[in-house]
Amino acid sequence: MSTLVIAEHDNSNLKPSTLNTLAAANAIGGSVHLLVVGSSCQAVADACAAVDGVEKVLLADDAAYANQLAESTANLIKSVAADYSHILAPATTFGKNVLPRLSALLDVQQISEITEVVSEDTFKRPIYAGSCIATVKSNDATKVITVRATAFDPVSDSGGSATIEAVTPEGVSDLSSFVGEEIAKSDRPELTAASIVISGGRGMQSGDNFHLLETIADKLGAAVGASRAAVDAGFVPNDYQVGQTGKIVAPDLYIAVGISGAIQHLAGMKDSKVIVAINKDEDAPIFQVADYGLVADLFDALPELSDNL
Amino acid sequence: MKIVVPIKRVVDYNVKVRPLSDQSDVDLNNVKMSMNPFCEIAIEEAVRLKEAGTATEVIAVTVGTSASQEQLRTALALGADRAILIETESSLEPLAISKALAKVIEKEAPQLIILGKQAIDGDNNQTGQMLAALLNYSQATFASEISIEGDSASVTREIDGGLQTIKVSLPAIVTTDLRLNEPRYASLPNIMKAKKKEMDIQPVDSLGIDTAPRLELISVEPPATRAEGIKVESVEELVSKLKNEAKVIS
Repeated sequence: MSTLVIAEHDNSNLKPSTLNTLAAANAIGGSVHLLVVGSSCQAVADACAAVDGVEKVLLADDAAYANQLAESTANLIKSVAADYSHILAPATTFGKNVLPRLSALLDVQQISEITEVVSEDTFKRPIYAGSCIATVKSNDATKVITVRATAFDPVSDSGGSATIEAVTPEGVSDLSSFVGEEIAKSDRPELTAASIVISGGRGMQSGDNFHLLETIADKLGAAVGASRAAVDAGFVPNDYQVGQTGKIVAPDLYIAVGISGAIQHLAGMKDSKVIVAINKDEDAPIFQVADYGLVADLFDALPELSDNL
Repeated sequence: MKIVVPIKRVVDYNVKVRPLSDQSDVDLNNVKMSMNPFCEIAIEEAVRLKEAGTATEVIAVTVGTSASQEQLRTALALGADRAILIETESSLEPLAISKALAKVIEKEAPQLIILGKQAIDGDNNQTGQMLAALLNYSQATFASEISIEGDSASVTREIDGGLQTIKVSLPAIVTTDLRLNEPRYASLPNIMKAKKKEMDIQPVDSLGIDTAPRLELISVEPPATRAEGIKVESVEELVSKLKNEAKVIS
């Protein structure tokens, strides 16, 4: 039994979600290899080789993989798939884009966003926005799996000494090409990696009012998130979205401000260690999951909170 | 240009779904069913492309039970021209659904296939990508903007750190994200007109594909519940609790 984990990276740095995915691979058991698909990404392969518990790093370094587009990346993974019983990737927009394509190429029914490894062929995963937890057993020869990063503690990024082996590009496709990217520049931590997250909902009333959250975020070293309602209303971009159809976060502290607490939002944050809710509606469902609830007008509470930090 | 929009009948997003008492599956008895919200965005985008003169025909397709005709009628009321139901009494997995949809697409030969990025029942986020693989088409997932430029499409994608724009050659598979558009409501006259639009119904068995399940559902349980919290009276008390009790800020 051996597992291949697809590394998520930006050609320079290994993304932390890879370390959580490796923890799931370790829970499955057997040897664990990492595949780096990218361009001029030797630094990433070196970082992968140092990760604790990784036996081998496969490196497909070619200009064709600069942006890890789904078509070429899935074809490449398929070319090495025969050696593995399990193929895992983080359930991020990268993994969600590539892995189902690979899965169909292998004629395998993928298991999405696992939160627990029960055995080598049986896994738990949330369904219906986390209202239910399904335990599913796969009868496919190869198990193709995406992993919810927040459900697994990351492995250490040091202590390993894996060998690095080059992989020849295979099945490079010209069906799609990269045009451009707008990556939000922020000094704040990334939403899914932050230890404190402060999120705003429809109650914020406007995008401008999010500065009230940003001031507090900067004092706490927190990331800023939002509910789907706030994204829908155009207050903030979609990459702020926490919930069933956005990002899944599980920080040490999650502060929900002006968020009613629809099941779709709870799906993205209810595994946070400590949850604070600030809402003027004392019947808002968010209070049912909050460890500390404050019934107050957020426009009074936020400046006061900022002053108290 | 012809556009095919695969859609799915799912539990309405307002319904709180619970496991059956024997935990063998989810309890879907007497719950309200609707079109998956991301599929509504897909239909809307296709209809807008038709209204803009880019597309000539919009075909809504679903793989599901006879009851899915209700959601296909909704798609027709929202502006699709005709509908196809691939009928099955079993609940198929995304791989099998993709295989059925691939057969329909091979026959219809559309230039663009738009579908929701995920259905809010299984939360799998797989069908579009799988369909693209089976047809060897280009894919653009999580789209927030689509523009057709000759024999290719430029698609802006919602990715974790921001936005990415890619160019995909047609025929292409595009999956919709939240901000692509705001779907319209069906008007009463359009609901009436939809009743007369063509709906083709074929049994899934007629497609000659393997639909056998690959996964076994062992159990469905409720999620772990959180211990009940407390209400604090003031911001000061909140900060004090976070510092001294929860110890999550310093």
